[in-house]
Amino acid sequence: MPTAVTPEAVEKVIFAGVEEIGAEGEITRDAAFEDLDLDSLDLVELAQIVEDEFGVELDGDAVKDVKTIGDVIDLVVARA
Amino acid sequence: MISAPAAQPAAAAHGERARSVVVTGAGAVTPLGVGAGTLISRWAAGECGIEDGLGRCDEFEPTDFLSRKEARRADRFTQLALVAADEALAAAGWDDGVPHDPERVGSVIGTGIGGIGSLTEQEGIRRERGAKAVSPLGVPLLMGNAAAGAVAMRAGLRGPSFGVISACAAGAHSIGQAMRMIQSGEADAVVTGGSEAALEPIAIDAFAAMGATSETGISRPFDARRDGFVMGEGAGVLVLEAADAAAERGAEPLGELLGYAATSDAYHLTAPEPSGRDAIRAIRLALEDAGVGPEDVAYVNAHGTSTPLNDASETEAIKAALGERAADVPVSSTKSAIGHLLGAAGAVEAIATLGALRRGIAPPTVGWEVRDPELDLDYVPGEARELDADDGRLVAISNSFGFGGHNAVLCLAATSGAPGE
Repeated sequence: MPTAVTPEAVEKVIFAGVEEIGAEGEITRDAAFEDLDLDSLDLVELAQIVEDEFGVELDGDAVKDVKTIGDVIDLVVARA
Repeated sequence: MISAPAAQPAAAAHGERARSVVVTGAGAVTPLGVGAGTLISRWAAGECGIEDGLGRCDEFEPTDFLSRKEARRADRFTQLALVAADEALAAAGWDDGVPHDPERVGSVIGTGIGGIGSLTEQEGIRRERGAKAVSPLGVPLLMGNAAAGAVAMRAGLRGPSFGVISACAAGAHSIGQAMRMIQSGEADAVVTGGSEAALEPIAIDAFAAMGATSETGISRPFDARRDGFVMGEGAGVLVLEAADAAAERGAEPLGELLGYAATSDAYHLTAPEPSGRDAIRAIRLALEDAGVGPEDVAYVNAHGTSTPLNDASETEAIKAALGERAADVPVSSTKSAIGHLLGAAGAVEAIATLGALRRGIAPPTVGWEVRDPELDLDYVPGEARELDADDGRLVAISNSFGFGGHNAVLCLAATSGAPGE
Protein backbone atom coordinates (compact mmCIF):
# COMPACT_ATOMS: atom_id res chain seq x y z
CA MET A 1 0.00 0.00 0.00
CA PRO A 2 1.63 3.30 -1.06
CA THR A 3 2.10 6.05 1.51
CA ALA A 4 -0.50 8.86 1.33
CA VAL A 5 0.84 11.87 -0.57
CA THR A 6 1.16 14.98 1.56
CA PRO A 7 3.75 17.73 0.98
CA GLU A 8 5.34 16.83 4.32
CA ALA A 9 5.52 13.09 3.57
CA VAL A 10 6.95 13.71 0.10
CA GLU A 11 9.55 16.14 1.44
CA LYS A 12 10.65 13.64 4.05
CA VAL A 13 11.06 10.80 1.54
CA ILE A 14 12.85 12.96 -1.03
CA PHE A 15 15.24 14.52 1.49
CA ALA A 16 16.14 11.03 2.75
CA GLY A 17 16.41 9.68 -0.79
CA VAL A 18 18.69 12.47 -1.96
CA GLU A 19 20.93 11.94 1.03
CA GLU A 20 21.03 8.19 0.37
CA ILE A 21 22.01 8.84 -3.26
CA GLY A 22 24.98 10.79 -1.99
CA ALA A 23 24.12 14.48 -2.37
CA GLU A 24 26.99 16.83 -1.55
CA GLY A 25 25.95 19.84 0.55
CA GLU A 26 22.91 20.99 2.51
CA ILE A 27 19.64 19.46 1.40
CA THR A 28 16.84 22.06 1.34
CA ARG A 29 13.79 22.73 -0.82
CA ASP A 30 15.70 25.44 -2.64
CA ALA A 31 18.83 23.39 -3.27
CA ALA A 32 19.47 22.83 -6.98
CA PHE A 33 20.34 19.33 -8.13
CA GLU A 34 23.40 20.69 -9.87
CA ASP A 35 24.68 22.28 -6.66
CA LEU A 36 24.18 19.00 -4.81
CA ASP A 37 26.29 17.31 -7.51
CA LEU A 38 23.31 15.23 -8.63
CA ASP A 39 22.88 14.31 -12.29
CA SER A 40 20.36 12.59 -14.55
CA LEU A 41 21.25 9.13 -13.25
CA ASP A 42 20.53 10.31 -9.72
CA LEU A 43 17.18 11.72 -10.84
CA VAL A 44 16.18 8.32 -12.22
CA GLU A 45 17.07 6.74 -8.89
CA LEU A 46 15.05 9.39 -7.08
CA ALA A 47 12.08 8.73 -9.35
CA GLN A 48 12.30 5.02 -8.46
CA ILE A 49 12.28 5.84 -4.75
CA VAL A 50 9.24 8.08 -5.20
CA GLU A 51 7.36 5.46 -7.18
CA ASP A 52 8.13 2.73 -4.63
CA GLU A 53 6.92 4.90 -1.78
CA PHE A 54 3.94 6.76 -3.25
CA GLY A 55 3.05 4.88 -6.43
CA VAL A 56 3.55 8.13 -8.38
CA GLU A 57 5.34 7.66 -11.67
CA LEU A 58 7.82 10.31 -12.79
CA ASP A 59 8.87 9.62 -16.36
CA GLY A 60 11.80 11.23 -18.17
CA ASP A 61 9.69 14.02 -19.71
CA ALA A 62 8.24 14.95 -16.34
CA VAL A 63 11.62 15.47 -14.66
CA LYS A 64 13.52 17.04 -17.51
CA ASP A 65 12.77 20.59 -16.39
CA VAL A 66 13.20 20.22 -12.65
CA LYS A 67 15.95 22.31 -11.13
CA THR A 68 15.54 22.09 -7.37
CA ILE A 69 14.47 19.60 -4.72
CA GLY A 70 11.32 21.70 -4.21
CA ASP A 71 10.43 21.31 -7.91
CA VAL A 72 10.36 17.52 -7.51
CA ILE A 73 8.34 17.66 -4.30
CA ASP A 74 5.76 19.91 -5.99
CA LEU A 75 5.65 17.65 -9.04
CA VAL A 76 4.96 14.54 -6.95
CA VAL A 77 2.25 16.31 -4.96
CA ALA A 78 0.64 17.66 -8.16
CA ARG A 79 0.64 14.22 -9.81
CA ALA A 80 -0.78 12.28 -6.88
CA MET B 1 60.89 -33.04 -20.65
CA ILE B 2 59.79 -30.18 -22.80
CA SER B 3 61.59 -29.70 -26.06
CA ALA B 4 62.78 -26.17 -26.43
CA PRO B 5 61.47 -24.41 -29.51
CA ALA B 6 63.85 -22.24 -31.44
CA ALA B 7 64.09 -18.73 -30.08
CA GLN B 8 62.27 -16.01 -31.97
CA PRO B 9 64.38 -13.26 -33.49
CA ALA B 10 65.22 -10.69 -30.85
CA ALA B 11 62.75 -7.89 -30.41
CA ALA B 12 64.77 -5.75 -32.75
CA ALA B 13 61.51 -4.94 -34.49
CA HIS B 14 61.67 -1.83 -32.37
CA GLY B 15 64.73 -0.81 -34.35
CA GLU B 16 66.86 0.99 -31.85
CA ARG B 17 66.02 0.08 -28.31
CA ALA B 18 62.56 1.29 -27.51
CA ARG B 19 61.85 4.09 -25.07
CA SER B 20 62.60 2.87 -21.53
CA VAL B 21 59.65 2.55 -19.17
CA VAL B 22 59.97 3.04 -15.43
CA VAL B 23 57.61 2.39 -12.53
CA THR B 24 57.25 5.52 -10.41
CA GLY B 25 54.36 4.51 -8.16
CA ALA B 26 52.55 1.43 -6.93
CA GLY B 27 49.42 0.79 -4.89
CA ALA B 28 47.66 -2.35 -3.80
CA VAL B 29 44.67 -3.57 -1.85
CA THR B 30 44.98 -7.26 -1.04
CA PRO B 31 43.86 -9.84 1.52
CA LEU B 32 47.03 -8.89 3.44
CA GLY B 33 45.73 -5.34 3.87
CA VAL B 34 45.61 -1.92 2.24
CA GLY B 35 48.90 -0.77 0.75
CA ALA B 36 51.67 -2.06 -1.46
CA GLY B 37 54.13 -1.87 1.44
CA THR B 38 51.81 -3.96 3.62
CA LEU B 39 51.61 -6.60 0.91
CA ILE B 40 55.35 -7.04 0.54
CA SER B 41 56.17 -6.77 4.25
CA ARG B 42 53.60 -9.31 5.31
CA TRP B 43 54.29 -11.72 2.48
CA ALA B 44 58.06 -11.48 3.13
CA ALA B 45 57.32 -12.36 6.77
CA GLY B 46 55.51 -15.50 5.62
CA GLU B 47 52.03 -14.31 6.55
CA CYS B 48 48.88 -15.48 4.78
CA GLY B 49 45.72 -13.40 4.28
CA ILE B 50 43.44 -16.31 3.45
CA GLU B 51 40.61 -17.11 5.87
CA ASP B 52 37.95 -19.77 5.56
CA GLY B 53 39.14 -20.68 2.11
CA LEU B 54 38.87 -17.19 0.60
CA GLY B 55 41.21 -14.23 0.21
CA ARG B 56 38.94 -11.34 1.18
CA CYS B 57 40.09 -7.75 1.62
CA ASP B 58 38.54 -7.62 5.09
CA GLU B 59 40.37 -4.45 6.10
CA PHE B 60 39.13 -2.53 3.06
CA GLU B 61 36.33 -0.06 3.84
CA PRO B 62 35.52 1.92 0.66
CA THR B 63 34.11 4.97 2.43
CA ASP B 64 37.42 5.40 4.30
CA PHE B 65 38.79 6.51 0.91
CA LEU B 66 35.84 7.49 -1.29
CA SER B 67 32.88 9.79 -0.83
CA ARG B 68 29.55 8.06 -0.37
CA LYS B 69 28.57 9.05 -3.88
CA GLU B 70 31.82 7.78 -5.43
CA ALA B 71 31.41 4.51 -3.56
CA ARG B 72 27.77 4.13 -4.66
CA ARG B 73 28.74 4.66 -8.28
CA ALA B 74 31.43 2.02 -8.24
CA ASP B 75 31.25 -1.74 -8.03
CA ARG B 76 33.63 -3.21 -5.47
CA PHE B 77 36.16 -4.03 -8.20
CA THR B 78 36.20 -0.36 -9.21
CA GLN B 79 36.42 0.79 -5.58
CA LEU B 80 39.46 -1.42 -5.06
CA ALA B 81 41.09 -0.04 -8.22
CA LEU B 82 40.41 3.57 -7.22
CA VAL B 83 42.04 3.11 -3.84
CA ALA B 84 45.04 1.27 -5.27
CA ALA B 85 45.36 4.01 -7.91
CA ASP B 86 45.24 6.76 -5.26
CA GLU B 87 48.13 5.11 -3.46
CA ALA B 88 50.10 4.66 -6.69
CA LEU B 89 49.57 8.28 -7.77
CA ALA B 90 50.59 9.58 -4.35
CA ALA B 91 53.71 7.38 -4.41
CA ALA B 92 54.57 8.79 -7.84
CA GLY B 93 54.21 12.30 -6.48
CA TRP B 94 51.13 12.94 -8.59
CA ASP B 95 48.76 13.79 -5.75
CA ASP B 96 48.75 17.46 -6.71
CA GLY B 97 47.91 16.68 -10.33
CA VAL B 98 49.27 14.99 -13.42
CA PRO B 99 52.82 16.22 -14.11
CA HIS B 100 52.49 15.58 -17.87
CA ASP B 101 50.12 16.67 -20.61
CA PRO B 102 46.97 14.84 -19.41
CA GLU B 103 46.07 14.09 -23.04
CA ARG B 104 49.18 11.90 -23.14
CA VAL B 105 48.46 9.94 -19.96
CA GLY B 106 46.40 6.76 -20.19
CA SER B 107 44.44 4.47 -17.88
CA VAL B 108 44.47 0.73 -18.57
CA ILE B 109 42.99 -1.48 -15.86
CA GLY B 110 42.30 -5.17 -16.39
CA THR B 111 39.77 -7.46 -14.79
CA GLY B 112 38.85 -11.08 -15.18
CA ILE B 113 35.13 -10.71 -14.63
CA GLY B 114 34.19 -7.11 -13.85
CA GLY B 115 31.25 -6.02 -11.71
CA ILE B 116 29.70 -9.40 -11.07
CA GLY B 117 28.47 -8.37 -7.61
CA SER B 118 26.47 -5.54 -9.16
CA LEU B 119 25.20 -7.81 -11.94
CA THR B 120 23.87 -10.43 -9.53
CA GLU B 121 22.38 -7.77 -7.25
CA GLN B 122 20.50 -6.09 -10.10
CA GLU B 123 19.34 -9.43 -11.47
CA GLY B 124 17.95 -10.23 -8.02
CA ILE B 125 16.09 -6.89 -7.94
CA ARG B 126 14.75 -7.49 -11.46
CA ARG B 127 13.42 -10.95 -10.61
CA GLU B 128 11.92 -9.83 -7.33
CA ARG B 129 10.51 -6.42 -8.22
CA GLY B 130 10.43 -6.22 -12.01
CA ALA B 131 12.17 -4.36 -14.79
CA LYS B 132 11.32 -0.87 -13.55
CA ALA B 133 13.18 -1.40 -10.30
CA VAL B 134 16.52 -2.06 -12.04
CA SER B 135 19.00 0.70 -11.13
CA PRO B 136 20.10 3.23 -13.75
CA LEU B 137 23.57 2.62 -12.32
CA GLY B 138 23.39 -1.07 -13.29
CA VAL B 139 25.38 -0.85 -16.49
CA PRO B 140 28.07 1.61 -15.33
CA LEU B 141 28.56 -0.53 -12.22
CA LEU B 142 28.92 -3.90 -13.90
CA MET B 143 30.83 -3.01 -17.08
CA GLY B 144 34.34 -4.45 -17.18
CA ASN B 145 35.91 -1.14 -18.20
CA ALA B 146 34.43 0.69 -15.20
CA ALA B 147 37.68 0.69 -13.21
CA ALA B 148 39.70 2.13 -16.10
CA GLY B 149 37.08 4.84 -16.64
CA ALA B 150 36.80 5.69 -12.96
CA VAL B 151 40.58 5.98 -12.50
CA ALA B 152 40.82 8.21 -15.58
CA MET B 153 38.00 10.42 -14.31
CA ARG B 154 39.30 10.71 -10.76
CA ALA B 155 42.83 11.60 -11.85
CA GLY B 156 41.91 13.57 -14.99
CA LEU B 157 43.77 11.28 -17.41
CA ARG B 158 42.64 12.05 -20.96
CA GLY B 159 44.82 9.75 -23.03
CA PRO B 160 43.81 6.22 -24.10
CA SER B 161 41.67 4.52 -21.45
CA PHE B 162 40.15 1.06 -21.55
CA GLY B 163 39.78 -2.24 -19.75
CA VAL B 164 41.63 -5.43 -20.59
CA ILE B 165 39.89 -8.79 -20.24
CA SER B 166 42.01 -11.95 -20.20
CA ALA B 167 40.92 -13.91 -17.11
CA CYS B 168 43.86 -14.47 -14.78
CA ALA B 169 46.36 -12.76 -17.09
CA ALA B 170 44.47 -9.44 -17.31
CA GLY B 171 46.67 -7.58 -14.83
CA ALA B 172 49.86 -8.53 -16.66
CA HIS B 173 48.38 -7.85 -20.09
CA SER B 174 47.29 -4.39 -18.93
CA ILE B 175 50.76 -3.50 -17.73
CA GLY B 176 52.30 -4.86 -20.92
CA GLN B 177 49.84 -2.96 -23.06
CA ALA B 178 50.56 0.21 -21.10
CA MET B 179 54.29 -0.32 -21.63
CA ARG B 180 53.76 -0.61 -25.38
CA MET B 181 51.67 2.58 -25.43
CA ILE B 182 54.58 4.46 -23.89
CA GLN B 183 57.18 2.82 -26.14
CA SER B 184 55.18 3.61 -29.25
CA GLY B 185 54.97 7.26 -28.24
CA GLU B 186 51.20 7.17 -27.87
CA ALA B 187 51.48 8.12 -24.20
CA ASP B 188 54.09 9.54 -21.84
CA ALA B 189 52.63 7.78 -18.82
CA VAL B 190 49.92 5.22 -18.08
CA VAL B 191 48.20 4.34 -14.82
CA THR B 192 47.73 0.61 -15.14
CA GLY B 193 46.99 -2.61 -13.32
CA GLY B 194 44.19 -4.99 -12.52
CA SER B 195 41.26 -5.35 -10.19
CA GLU B 196 38.87 -8.09 -9.17
CA ALA B 197 36.00 -8.49 -6.70
CA ALA B 198 34.35 -11.76 -7.66
CA LEU B 199 33.85 -13.42 -4.28
CA GLU B 200 30.18 -13.85 -5.14
CA PRO B 201 28.35 -17.16 -4.70
CA ILE B 202 27.82 -17.55 -8.45
CA ALA B 203 31.52 -17.14 -9.24
CA ILE B 204 32.64 -19.28 -6.29
CA ASP B 205 30.25 -22.05 -7.31
CA ALA B 206 31.18 -21.84 -10.98
CA PHE B 207 34.92 -22.14 -10.31
CA ALA B 208 34.18 -25.04 -7.95
CA ALA B 209 32.00 -26.74 -10.58
CA MET B 210 34.94 -26.88 -12.97
CA GLY B 211 37.16 -28.32 -10.27
CA ALA B 212 39.55 -25.37 -10.36
CA THR B 213 39.34 -24.31 -6.72
CA SER B 214 40.73 -25.98 -3.61
CA GLU B 215 38.37 -28.21 -1.62
CA THR B 216 40.58 -27.87 1.43
CA GLY B 217 40.59 -24.07 1.07
CA ILE B 218 44.38 -24.00 1.27
CA SER B 219 46.60 -22.27 -1.29
CA ARG B 220 49.88 -24.20 -1.41
CA PRO B 221 51.47 -23.72 -4.81
CA PHE B 222 53.98 -26.36 -5.96
CA ASP B 223 53.35 -28.51 -2.85
CA ALA B 224 52.49 -32.19 -3.46
CA ARG B 225 49.22 -31.70 -1.55
CA ARG B 226 47.97 -28.80 -3.69
CA ASP B 227 44.35 -29.30 -4.75
CA GLY B 228 43.26 -26.14 -6.55
CA PHE B 229 43.40 -22.38 -6.18
CA VAL B 230 41.87 -20.22 -3.49
CA MET B 231 39.86 -17.27 -4.82
CA GLY B 232 40.88 -13.84 -3.67
CA GLU B 233 39.95 -10.23 -4.37
CA GLY B 234 41.93 -7.03 -4.61
CA ALA B 235 43.63 -4.58 -6.92
CA GLY B 236 47.10 -3.52 -7.93
CA VAL B 237 47.89 -0.31 -9.81
CA LEU B 238 51.21 1.05 -11.07
CA VAL B 239 52.22 4.38 -12.52
CA LEU B 240 54.36 3.74 -15.59
CA GLU B 241 56.24 6.64 -17.13
CA ALA B 242 58.60 7.02 -20.01
CA ALA B 243 62.03 7.09 -18.39
CA ASP B 244 62.86 10.38 -20.11
CA ALA B 245 59.65 12.02 -18.92
CA ALA B 246 60.17 10.76 -15.37
CA ALA B 247 63.76 11.99 -15.34
CA GLU B 248 62.70 15.37 -16.63
CA ARG B 249 60.46 15.93 -13.64
CA GLY B 250 63.07 14.56 -11.25
CA ALA B 251 61.10 11.46 -10.26
CA GLU B 252 62.84 8.64 -8.41
CA PRO B 253 61.68 5.39 -10.08
CA LEU B 254 60.82 2.34 -8.00
CA GLY B 255 62.13 0.16 -10.78
CA GLU B 256 62.06 -0.50 -14.47
CA LEU B 257 59.67 -2.48 -16.64
CA LEU B 258 62.26 -4.06 -18.91
CA GLY B 259 60.23 -6.41 -21.03
CA TYR B 260 56.91 -7.99 -21.83
CA ALA B 261 55.55 -10.71 -24.04
CA ALA B 262 52.18 -12.30 -24.61
CA THR B 263 51.36 -15.54 -26.42
CA SER B 264 48.40 -17.84 -26.80
CA ASP B 265 48.16 -21.64 -26.42
CA ALA B 266 45.33 -21.93 -28.98
CA TYR B 267 44.74 -25.33 -27.40
CA HIS B 268 42.05 -25.64 -24.72
CA LEU B 269 39.52 -23.46 -22.93
CA THR B 270 41.08 -24.02 -19.51
CA ALA B 271 43.90 -26.60 -19.57
CA PRO B 272 47.46 -25.50 -20.31
CA GLU B 273 48.96 -26.88 -23.53
CA PRO B 274 50.86 -29.99 -22.33
CA SER B 275 54.25 -29.21 -23.88
CA GLY B 276 54.23 -25.69 -22.46
CA ARG B 277 55.20 -24.51 -25.94
CA ASP B 278 53.60 -21.09 -25.69
CA ALA B 279 54.26 -20.43 -22.02
CA ILE B 280 57.95 -21.10 -22.72
CA ARG B 281 57.80 -18.79 -25.71
CA ALA B 282 56.23 -16.02 -23.59
CA ILE B 283 59.04 -16.24 -21.03
CA ARG B 284 61.73 -16.25 -23.74
CA LEU B 285 60.21 -13.36 -25.64
CA ALA B 286 59.84 -11.30 -22.47
CA LEU B 287 63.55 -11.83 -21.72
CA GLU B 288 64.49 -10.92 -25.28
CA ASP B 289 62.28 -7.86 -25.13
CA ALA B 290 64.10 -6.92 -21.92
CA GLY B 291 67.49 -7.52 -23.50
CA VAL B 292 68.53 -9.94 -20.77
CA GLY B 293 69.37 -13.64 -20.68
CA PRO B 294 68.31 -16.47 -18.33
CA GLU B 295 71.53 -16.01 -16.36
CA ASP B 296 70.42 -12.48 -15.46
CA VAL B 297 67.18 -13.62 -13.82
CA ALA B 298 67.56 -13.37 -10.04
CA TYR B 299 64.00 -14.31 -9.12
CA VAL B 300 60.90 -15.82 -10.71
CA ASN B 301 57.52 -14.69 -9.44
CA ALA B 302 55.47 -17.65 -10.61
CA HIS B 303 51.84 -17.73 -11.63
CA GLY B 304 51.80 -20.67 -9.15
CA THR B 305 48.06 -21.09 -8.68
CA SER B 306 48.14 -24.24 -6.51
CA THR B 307 46.27 -26.25 -9.13
CA PRO B 308 47.81 -29.62 -10.00
CA LEU B 309 48.00 -28.75 -13.71
CA ASN B 310 49.33 -25.19 -13.62
CA ASP B 311 52.11 -25.77 -11.16
CA ALA B 312 53.37 -28.83 -13.03
CA SER B 313 53.28 -27.24 -16.47
CA GLU B 314 54.67 -23.92 -15.22
CA THR B 315 57.60 -25.73 -13.59
CA GLU B 316 58.38 -27.40 -16.92
CA ALA B 317 58.03 -24.09 -18.76
CA ILE B 318 60.45 -22.32 -16.40
CA LYS B 319 62.94 -25.14 -16.84
CA ALA B 320 62.71 -25.10 -20.60
CA ALA B 321 62.84 -21.31 -20.88
CA LEU B 322 65.64 -20.68 -18.37
CA GLY B 323 67.70 -23.80 -19.07
CA GLU B 324 70.51 -24.35 -16.56
CA ARG B 325 69.57 -21.23 -14.65
CA ALA B 326 66.24 -22.84 -13.61
CA ALA B 327 67.94 -25.16 -11.12
CA ASP B 328 69.37 -22.23 -9.16
CA VAL B 329 66.83 -19.44 -9.43
CA PRO B 330 64.40 -18.97 -6.54
CA VAL B 331 60.77 -19.38 -7.66
CA SER B 332 57.87 -18.38 -5.41
CA SER B 333 54.17 -17.66 -5.66
CA THR B 334 52.43 -14.63 -4.19
CA LYS B 335 49.22 -16.69 -4.31
CA SER B 336 50.50 -18.69 -1.34
CA ALA B 337 49.91 -15.56 0.76
CA ILE B 338 46.80 -13.99 -0.79
CA GLY B 339 45.15 -16.59 -3.01
CA HIS B 340 44.36 -16.06 -6.65
CA LEU B 341 43.22 -12.51 -7.41
CA LEU B 342 42.20 -13.48 -10.97
CA GLY B 343 42.34 -10.34 -13.14
CA ALA B 344 44.18 -8.44 -10.41
CA ALA B 345 46.78 -11.16 -9.88
CA GLY B 346 49.27 -10.14 -12.55
CA ALA B 347 49.30 -6.52 -11.37
CA VAL B 348 49.49 -7.27 -7.65
CA GLU B 349 52.24 -9.80 -8.36
CA ALA B 350 54.22 -7.33 -10.47
CA ILE B 351 54.09 -4.95 -7.49
CA ALA B 352 55.11 -7.75 -5.11
CA THR B 353 57.96 -8.65 -7.46
CA LEU B 354 59.25 -5.07 -7.54
CA GLY B 355 58.98 -4.88 -3.75
CA ALA B 356 60.94 -8.11 -3.43
CA LEU B 357 63.70 -6.88 -5.74
CA ARG B 358 63.94 -3.56 -3.91
CA ARG B 359 64.42 -5.45 -0.65
CA GLY B 360 66.81 -7.84 -2.32
CA ILE B 361 64.81 -10.91 -1.29
CA ALA B 362 62.80 -13.79 -2.68
CA PRO B 363 59.69 -14.02 -0.49
CA PRO B 364 58.65 -17.57 0.41
CA THR B 365 56.02 -19.84 -1.08
CA VAL B 366 54.05 -19.81 2.16
CA GLY B 367 53.02 -23.25 3.42
CA TRP B 368 55.21 -25.21 0.98
CA GLU B 369 56.26 -28.36 2.85
CA VAL B 370 55.86 -31.52 0.82
CA ARG B 371 57.87 -31.92 -2.37
CA ASP B 372 56.07 -33.25 -5.41
CA PRO B 373 58.61 -35.59 -7.03
CA GLU B 374 57.78 -34.06 -10.43
CA LEU B 375 58.32 -30.47 -9.31
CA ASP B 376 62.01 -29.95 -8.67
CA LEU B 377 62.68 -26.21 -8.60
CA ASP B 378 63.64 -24.10 -5.59
CA TYR B 379 60.25 -22.84 -4.38
CA VAL B 380 61.70 -20.85 -1.44
CA PRO B 381 60.17 -22.84 1.42
CA GLY B 382 59.98 -21.51 4.94
CA GLU B 383 61.21 -17.97 4.88
CA ALA B 384 62.34 -15.18 2.57
CA ARG B 385 65.79 -15.56 1.12
CA GLU B 386 68.34 -12.89 0.23
CA LEU B 387 69.13 -12.54 -3.44
CA ASP B 388 72.65 -12.17 -4.78
CA ALA B 389 73.05 -8.78 -6.38
CA ASP B 390 76.53 -8.04 -7.63
CA ASP B 391 75.91 -4.42 -8.44
CA GLY B 392 72.62 -4.04 -6.55
CA ARG B 393 70.50 -4.31 -9.68
CA LEU B 394 68.16 -7.29 -9.78
CA VAL B 395 66.04 -8.67 -12.61
CA ALA B 396 62.94 -10.84 -12.23
CA ILE B 397 60.14 -12.23 -14.32
CA SER B 398 56.50 -12.46 -13.30
CA ASN B 399 54.34 -15.04 -15.07
CA SER B 400 50.59 -14.88 -15.67
CA PHE B 401 48.47 -17.46 -17.45
CA GLY B 402 44.72 -17.19 -18.02
CA PHE B 403 41.84 -19.47 -18.94
CA GLY B 404 41.48 -19.16 -22.67
CA GLY B 405 45.15 -20.02 -23.17
CA HIS B 406 46.48 -16.51 -22.52
CA ASN B 407 50.13 -16.21 -21.44
CA ALA B 408 51.69 -12.91 -20.36
CA VAL B 409 55.12 -12.44 -18.86
CA LEU B 410 56.63 -9.25 -17.46
CA CYS B 411 60.32 -8.65 -16.87
CA LEU B 412 61.10 -6.14 -14.13
CA ALA B 413 64.24 -4.71 -12.60
CA ALA B 414 65.00 -2.76 -9.47
CA THR B 415 67.91 -1.76 -7.32
CA SER B 416 68.01 -3.51 -3.98
CA GLY B 417 68.46 -1.53 -0.84
CA ALA B 418 66.66 1.39 -2.45
CA PRO B 419 65.47 4.15 -0.15
CA GLY B 420 61.98 3.69 1.22
CA GLU B 421 62.27 -0.05 1.56
